[in-house]
Amino acid sequence: MPTTDHTLDQILDLAAAHFKVPREKLSADDDFFKTLGIDSLQALDLLTRLEHHFRIDLPDYELQGVSDFRTLANRIQARL
Amino acid sequence: MNDFKGQTLSWQIVNGAIELALHRDPCNEIGSLTLDDLEEFKAALPGLGNEAHALIVHSTLKAGFSAGADLRELFQRGQEMEKGAALREVREFLERIHSVMNVLDAAPLTTIAAVHGVTFGGGFELALVCDIIIADRMARFCFPELRLGLIPGFGGIPRLKRDLGNAVVRDLLLTGRSFNVMKAQQIGLVSQIAAEGEALRVARATASQVGKFDRRTAAAAKEFVKPIPYEELKREIDIFCDLYSRPAVEEGLRKFVENEGVQPYLP
Repeated sequence: MPTTDHTLDQILDLAAAHFKVPREKLSADDDFFKTLGIDSLQALDLLTRLEHHFRIDLPDYELQGVSDFRTLANRIQARL
Repeated sequence: MNDFKGQTLSWQIVNGAIELALHRDPCNEIGSLTLDDLEEFKAALPGLGNEAHALIVHSTLKAGFSAGADLRELFQRGQEMEKGAALREVREFLERIHSVMNVLDAAPLTTIAAVHGVTFGGGFELALVCDIIIADRMARFCFPELRLGLIPGFGGIPRLKRDLGNAVVRDLLLTGRSFNVMKAQQIGLVSQIAAEGEALRVARATASQVGKFDRRTAAAAKEFVKPIPYEELKREIDIFCDLYSRPAVEEGLRKFVENEGVQPYLP
């Protein structure tokens, strides 16, 4: 099973590629709404892509209060 | 009227299928304008049905199929009118939208919802009236009404109960969670998954397939396997109106409408 750090890397790679933000500008503790410049509809889009990528079902209420990549990675890791 | 371009939707007949395209920015919120256009469609459907064997409902907007009811309009209605008058207007709106949904549900031609992106609330309910749902892999479904202190009001609960197991219905309604197309297919909601951006193309291929068969036989089969839960649909309107009057709903709508942050669609 991948480590949480590996999961985090994959999230950052996917987010950077999809929202066309330079990968080096993203880091684990960034607020992804601000760094990616996205709203909640785009956050749901990201959630869907992450679910497909990791082959998991992640209810969106798991994102309550989550705005940084590291915590998001922990949520995803708990479903692997 | 085989072609129509309204403020919120348009239709045309393409290769024997009526294509009803939703296009009200930002995400096909269903309010008075959309209802007016849907009623035009309802009136035109018998004539269109003579020229077509299928109906495809889809959205031309990038954001998705539909984000559901126009909550801003619903909130404004409550603010601008005396409570009793606002409630009467809400009931009238629901009765009108149910009338449209029921006609689509029972239409004697095969109906296909080609969905992508956000397919929430009333948008989800519009997809549910169709015989077949084809979703692209970025489609996301949700009944978020509980977050506002309401239940789905456009016929979603009786139709969901008709199509899915009760345990799944309870999960969706009571958590208000959104779910992706893989789960949607797993629970039997979605018939086919298309690549991103390809739902309409797949819907057209499906419409072409259904067009090969005798229309009367298809209509008879559909009527046999797809009962319309009229009594439950009326009961849903009563429950919705009962809940709507409460202060918690006004507060929930206010929070959504006045949210200047980026998270109104997240729970």
